Amino acid sequence: MAVSRNHPAAEPDFAQLRAHAHRMRRHMLVMARGPGQGYVGQGLGIADALAAIYFHELRWDPADLAASDRDRFVLSTGHYSIALWAALAEAGVFPLDELSSYGADDSRLDMSTLDTTPGVEMIGGSLGHGLGQAIGMALGLRLAASPARVFCELSDGEMQEGATWEAAMAGGHFGLDDLVALIDCNGIQADGPVVLQMEPVAEKWRAFGWDTQEIDGNDIEAVVAALERARANDGKPHAIVLRTKPGFGLPTLEARDKAHFLRVDPGEWDALLDELDRSEPGHDG
Amino acid sequence: MTDRIAAERTFGRAMGVDEATGLRPTIEAPFGKTLAVLGRERPEIVGLTADLGKYTDILPFRDAFPERFFNMGMAEQNLVAAAAGLARTGFVPFATTYGVFASRRAFDYVAIACAHSNLPVKIIAGLPGLTTGYGGTHQAIEDTGLMSLIPNLVVIDPCDATEIAAATRAAADHPGPVYMRLLRGQVPVVFEPDGFVFEIGKARRVRDGGDVGFIATGFMTERALDAAALLERQGISAGVLHVPTLKPFDAEAVAAFAGSVQRLVTAENHVVRGGLASLVAEALFDHGISRPLARIGLPDRYIECGAVPTLQRRYRLTTDALVGAALGDGR
Repeated sequence: MAVSRNHPAAEPDFAQLRAHAHRMRRHMLVMARGPGQGYVGQGLGIADALAAIYFHELRWDPADLAASDRDRFVLSTGHYSIALWAALAEAGVFPLDELSSYGADDSRLDMSTLDTTPGVEMIGGSLGHGLGQAIGMALGLRLAASPARVFCELSDGEMQEGATWEAAMAGGHFGLDDLVALIDCNGIQADGPVVLQMEPVAEKWRAFGWDTQEIDGNDIEAVVAALERARANDGKPHAIVLRTKPGFGLPTLEARDKAHFLRVDPGEWDALLDELDRSEPGHDG
Repeated sequence: MTDRIAAERTFGRAMGVDEATGLRPTIEAPFGKTLAVLGRERPEIVGLTADLGKYTDILPFRDAFPERFFNMGMAEQNLVAAAAGLARTGFVPFATTYGVFASRRAFDYVAIACAHSNLPVKIIAGLPGLTTGYGGTHQAIEDTGLMSLIPNLVVIDPCDATEIAAATRAAADHPGPVYMRLLRGQVPVVFEPDGFVFEIGKARRVRDGGDVGFIATGFMTERALDAAALLERQGISAGVLHVPTLKPFDAEAVAAFAGSVQRLVTAENHVVRGGLASLVAEALFDHGISRPLARIGLPDRYIECGAVPTLQRRYRLTTDALVGAALGDGR
């Protein structure tokens, strides 16, 4: 496999990646406890993938977020900001004691991403925006002969936005092999369980010319392996279909009805933190 | 025979031509030619289109810089999204399509992907207002009104080939997003290119006169100048204020101009409500100036298919209509 332009990071340290994911889950609970709500379900579900991206695959420097040759991670589902803030805080971009300001007036840790917050590559609240902008970034980086790559997270519900497929067509057409789309299939959207049948997801991406893998998005080793395979410069953009569980890592939340906006009673937060703290990293489920 | 030749030339001019207007010299594809020149000066300029390269005059740029040109297919949301992504990697994208698609279909992408972050994406919008006979699907009759509601976005409706060239350059220099209406094909030269200055956000008095004042934008300024010349023959002194930038709007210049004339006529290739006329009325009110105001522009309705000169006559985007309005024809 050609990986010349995409030097592999150091050998993955799975124990450390699991520890990052575990702490990111804790950060999210701390964040959501402030406003008493938030997109915790989605955040917990994507935590493993974000840990693999931010602490293994992405070539970036938390101290130099504007470096022109940084790899870009584009979070298209802006309401997953809680997971992004957790990753950025875990990487040291924000102090941990800022996390409790999540969703508060004048906090920079908003419930939906604005690019005025350090580390945010794109305003992600209007679903259907991320992949198209990632296409433009990948075209621009290729034109600039930059080694940087672009990773774009989007979701199963978001695939219902037609612009997703406009972008998918372009990705295949332009052969953007430095672009990796991570499609978080957690089975939920605003009105509940996915309201329009999106399956077979992987076949759709393959049909649009993407090198496509389908994995358990809560299996951090599988995510790392898929990301490594997606380094191939074979003239095709890469899609990784992540099958994730909302609330993953907290059995209490996993057992709840699949809900876009998880309801947690005020008294439950401490119990949830205890539940997480009692679990071992990597045995979150 | 003369009529036939005139008709053919009319057909070649995308914005149509007014019989009362003397045929001016034209320049072909002033936007694309200017962009190709700019491309040599500025390697960060890239071009995109959504399957309308030929019809938005951008092919001179594509031919000069094929590696910096991206045809995104019929996908205007992705056209604008990808342009935003290119801007985020340091490029200055010029994205072309028709005004109807840029404004109606890609609005969220212009607003959020480009304007919210003040990215230097330049949207070049063909077929403004009544410059096509293809009917409501293709006639961008409300585009500058919609676009003027978007924070950070500069909105330009140029008059002629000279101004298209200068505004293209100004758009490239502007650090934020721009929406510019395009006149394509054989575009008349109304303004003398030598010494021509275009400044974003500035209106220009292009003719002095105090009995009546035309405030015009886009190609209607050409017709306002012709109307003013016809009025002069009748002993009526008519001034013309050209307002190529609808946002930011030069309310100060409008107020100063209005104060110097007895009555006003606005002229625009756009629905009157939400367009230039509304902006002028707002500026007058804000400055405490009261003048009789006649408004020439499109009505609040969709417009049928037909030959462009027919439609422009029917909807009064003509020199004759401007003369009539200046004389107080009651409409």
